[in-house]
Amino acid sequence: MSKRTVELELATPGLDAQGRPVRVPLTAGGTGEGDVAGRLEAQPGSEHMLINIGPQHPATHGVLRLVVELDGEVVVRCIPHVGYLHSGFEKLGEYRHYNQIIPLTDRTDYLSPMANNVGFALAAERLMGIAITPRCTVLRVIACEMSRVISHMVWLGTTAIDLGAFTPFLWAFQERERIYDLQEMWTGARLTTSVTRVGGMMADIPDAFVTGLRHFTETFPKTLYEIDRVLTRNAVWVGRTQNVGVLTREEAINHSLSGPMLRASGVAYDLRRDKPYLDYETYDFDVPVGEHGDVYDRYLVRLEECHQSNRILQQALARLPDGPVNVDDPRVILPSKSRAMSDMEAMIYHFKQVMEGVKAPVGEAYVGIENPKGELGTYLVSDGSAKPVRWRIRPPSFINLSSLPKMAAGHLLSDLIAINASVDIVMGEVDR
Amino acid sequence: MNPSVDALRATFGNAIGRALVARDGETIVTVGRDGLLGVMRWLRDTAGHSYDYLVDVTAVEYRDAERKVELPKEQELAVDSVVGLWAGADWLEREVYDMFGVTFRGHPDLRRILMWETYAEGYPLRKDFPLRGRFSRAEQVRQALGANPEAHYSMEELSIAEAFAELPEDMKQRLRQGERGKIPFSE
Repeated sequence: MSKRTVELELATPGLDAQGRPVRVPLTAGGTGEGDVAGRLEAQPGSEHMLINIGPQHPATHGVLRLVVELDGEVVVRCIPHVGYLHSGFEKLGEYRHYNQIIPLTDRTDYLSPMANNVGFALAAERLMGIAITPRCTVLRVIACEMSRVISHMVWLGTTAIDLGAFTPFLWAFQERERIYDLQEMWTGARLTTSVTRVGGMMADIPDAFVTGLRHFTETFPKTLYEIDRVLTRNAVWVGRTQNVGVLTREEAINHSLSGPMLRASGVAYDLRRDKPYLDYETYDFDVPVGEHGDVYDRYLVRLEECHQSNRILQQALARLPDGPVNVDDPRVILPSKSRAMSDMEAMIYHFKQVMEGVKAPVGEAYVGIENPKGELGTYLVSDGSAKPVRWRIRPPSFINLSSLPKMAAGHLLSDLIAINASVDIVMGEVDR
Repeated sequence: MNPSVDALRATFGNAIGRALVARDGETIVTVGRDGLLGVMRWLRDTAGHSYDYLVDVTAVEYRDAERKVELPKEQELAVDSVVGLWAGADWLEREVYDMFGVTFRGHPDLRRILMWETYAEGYPLRKDFPLRGRFSRAEQVRQALGANPEAHYSMEELSIAEAFAELPEDMKQRLRQGERGKIPFSE
């Protein structure tokens, strides 16, 4: 406790009534003149410098290129260039059966592949009017929350490195490794999980999975507390994140932000709670909300979301029902290999599904799920065939990133790195 | 059905087309393109409706394969931009322009976003765009290899820095040709 007080004194004038560090006004540039709420006014008439960051730069979190107009050290304008990782997934999806699209969803937001699989499967099932089984529902909740944990761990680790802290990176990646082991146990893959199928899952969980995940949920909070202890009241961390990249509540809504970015600005909007899917309304969890909308609040929101995900995981493990994982519909679910080889009818269904694919009725469906980055929307338009006419991904980090020029203007160049990190982008999803 | 639909019909009359309720309970309203901006502004600003959050902007090309209906190509694909209402529409509209060639009138900075600025093969998500692209693989490779490494900044970016005027004339010329060198069918 005493050690904590010392760390705190370095960082801020003290704690407020709620025990949080008091915010120090950021004085960048040294003069303090023209400093309005942490933002600096560019001096008119002075020479501006143009610098290029990326696309191959470790602090841009992927192949993002930023062209920055600088007045001294102050960012006057920031122009992001995206598209270096554009793979044409949406176009490719129009040439594939619904189940064949699921491997593509792994590769969009590759830091939370399982959640993307779930988002696509839910949209396809809504389009086809399929109700999944109770066990599948709980397994998908587990998949989503595991993804949230690993995605936030990557965010925490890399952002801490951007701001000069190496230790939390190692702790966070160790935890991520444990989830990856579980994912590998379940799906055989660590990154490209492709865990869902339309109407069910690729496979049921193996025997040791529940024990492994339960052990994880018991030990994971300890790491979170350690990260909290190292960062939350750390002088450097607080100084470099508080009052940096502030978006007000109105600005956050107007920029269509979602996920932790939106909640850090004080908007309590979480699709798990406000538009429940997968029976999320029956789980007991809190939606953490920030109040200042700066990088520090985004950190606090994400850290608390890890605790909440852990709670949801524990509840999901406790209620995991027995029973089938896939719906009982031979038009949608492949028969087992042994049945396909021994039963004529099963073989016909197998053949028709593999050759023709699962047909969807004419119509369209939109499902938004709360991904670690924000609202991942999947919009499908069907003309009655086995391939969608249009598969649209509503990419949360693409839309969150579009607010970067607004957030960065008036800050120091070094703050731009912190702000960019706080958006939590993954270029696979930004560029698709 | 969402109560805003009746209010919209009462206010805008014929500008509002079909209104449907999807299976998941979402209300879908079709709006003619001329009235779009007015309807959107009304939805955002009217008390009791206040749609202040834009989730997504996208486009779909519908094509009836059996009847082979050819849409008139000369019809201008343009709608009003809603960036003035929701700042989040900025990149979303740029993406729709990039992928479908839909022009958004009044967009402050409408240029390609996922494809590069001098991309000359067309609009990738249109149905008449082949999956492999319009140019042959050899031509794509040739252009990639012939890309001008000096043209890392667009003209606009150079003009911000006001460095463009001081560049040598041959470099200016190369920059005008763009990042990927000269595109064979563009001029």
